[in-house]
Amino acid sequence: MNWTPDQPMVSIKNVHKAFGELEVLKGVSLDVMKGEVICIIGPSGSGKSTLIRCVNALNDIQQGSILVEGQEVNDPDLDKLELRKKVGMVFQQYNLFPHKTALENIMMAPVRVLKRDKSQTEVFARELIKKVRLQGKEDSYPGELSGGQQQRVAIARSLAMKPDIMLFDEVTAALDPETVGEVLTTIKELAEDGMTCILVTHEMGFAREVADHIYFTDGGLIVEHGPPKTFFDKAKDPRTREFLSQIL
Amino acid sequence: MARPEFKTDLPVMLAPPERRQGEPLRIKLWHGIALFGFCVLSSTYVFADDTQAPASALSVLVKWMPLLLSGFLFNIVISFCSMALGTIVGTALGLGQISLIPVVKSSSWFVTQFFRNAPWLVLLFFAMFLLPFEFDLGFVVIPFPDWVKAIIGLSLPVMANVSEVVRGAVRSLPSGQWEAAESLAYTRQQTLWLIILPQCVKRMLPPWMNLYSILTMATVLASVVGVSEVMTLTGEALAAEGGRTDLLAPFYSFVLLIFFVYCYPIARYTVYLEKKFAVKD
Repeated sequence: MNWTPDQPMVSIKNVHKAFGELEVLKGVSLDVMKGEVICIIGPSGSGKSTLIRCVNALNDIQQGSILVEGQEVNDPDLDKLELRKKVGMVFQQYNLFPHKTALENIMMAPVRVLKRDKSQTEVFARELIKKVRLQGKEDSYPGELSGGQQQRVAIARSLAMKPDIMLFDEVTAALDPETVGEVLTTIKELAEDGMTCILVTHEMGFAREVADHIYFTDGGLIVEHGPPKTFFDKAKDPRTREFLSQIL
Repeated sequence: MARPEFKTDLPVMLAPPERRQGEPLRIKLWHGIALFGFCVLSSTYVFADDTQAPASALSVLVKWMPLLLSGFLFNIVISFCSMALGTIVGTALGLGQISLIPVVKSSSWFVTQFFRNAPWLVLLFFAMFLLPFEFDLGFVVIPFPDWVKAIIGLSLPVMANVSEVVRGAVRSLPSGQWEAAESLAYTRQQTLWLIILPQCVKRMLPPWMNLYSILTMATVLASVVGVSEVMTLTGEALAAEGGRTDLLAPFYSFVLLIFFVYCYPIARYTVYLEKKFAVKD
């Protein structure tokens, strides 16, 4: 299928997902245009993380359709590797490879998976390290870095693949409060550069600032969505209002 | 850290002189040697009146020592070969246990469990009597002496244990490592060889060395099936000396001692590695 930039880059339609008996997603639909930043918020267990893990096929879905640049993800013949080259992901627990330095963590996938030239990749990797403000930490091992630093390496590692879309799965949830800011700054700069981002987050202030569109999930459904201003100030659904009143 | 000096005129009990910081009382090599010496001397003393033989137990032992040590060398050769063979096959089997292909996975699991839950001596007999004494390949005949069969027999339980060590180490890594690799478009093979296994080596080393220690001590089982290792030779030496009962204790103490001297440092180093790896990660 041919995809053109005027169509949604990610198009999720009526997605159902169950883990055994437990139905986590009960018909979720949303569209993300190129360059858009969307935030998914909602109480724990509402299926936010599951939803974005479906986008790069870390979780499979039982029903519905997920198109990423026109490519159907819910397809048994899907080339997962091709999909994942386009979709980067950053995790709550960073998941850096502890036996490799920061620079090696960033360089490894482009060199080994995409078979890119090693010396050019290194130049690019060093640029990325600069971009996430970690100059001087190139040769540090993950164990020697703080949580915030590790998470920024993880972002750089994902960016090294030159993805079209970035998924952020509660990337600040495991961080000390004082290092949350540095990671959010990095993501904000990324959003300003025009990267298409889907974020699952609990940082409401941040969501309000960077998101083009906010989705609120509860019980496996999208209860309400809208641009940040309308969403935060004029929420209609009582569940959204209750959630926001608890958080804000 | 220097220990502060306590000086007081008050009638208080001062702490006893401290051992080096962070070093609890532990068995050292010289404890083993002292034990051995004690055994030898006391046995010589106890049996001194009974025996008419002119040579003292100690001098008889010294006479046989080169032979016994050469026998022990053979034990080490057997342990090395069994460990190497068991590790190679066991690693393959362990990787089979985490395979996504159901047949490979279940058969690897079965082989592992079968050999892990079998007595070592039975496996040794199994290898001794079921393997032919030579392999006739048509153009060349490969002899299969007993000690080679012993190596194969002992490598079977090693294989099964290594398989479990590999499987356990892979399982012990957080699933986030797999997910991160997956999301970066690594294939499963690449993930295993570039990301998972390099991290496992560290985790596998202590149990692997522990297994080696156990294997080394188990090599004496080969005496039961007639391989001329240290236990067999000790028995023969004692027989050659006319079955003098006063020699039993010194001779077997000596065998115990050489195993202790060989295995104990390995055990200490394993503990050291376990501690070292426990801190980081």
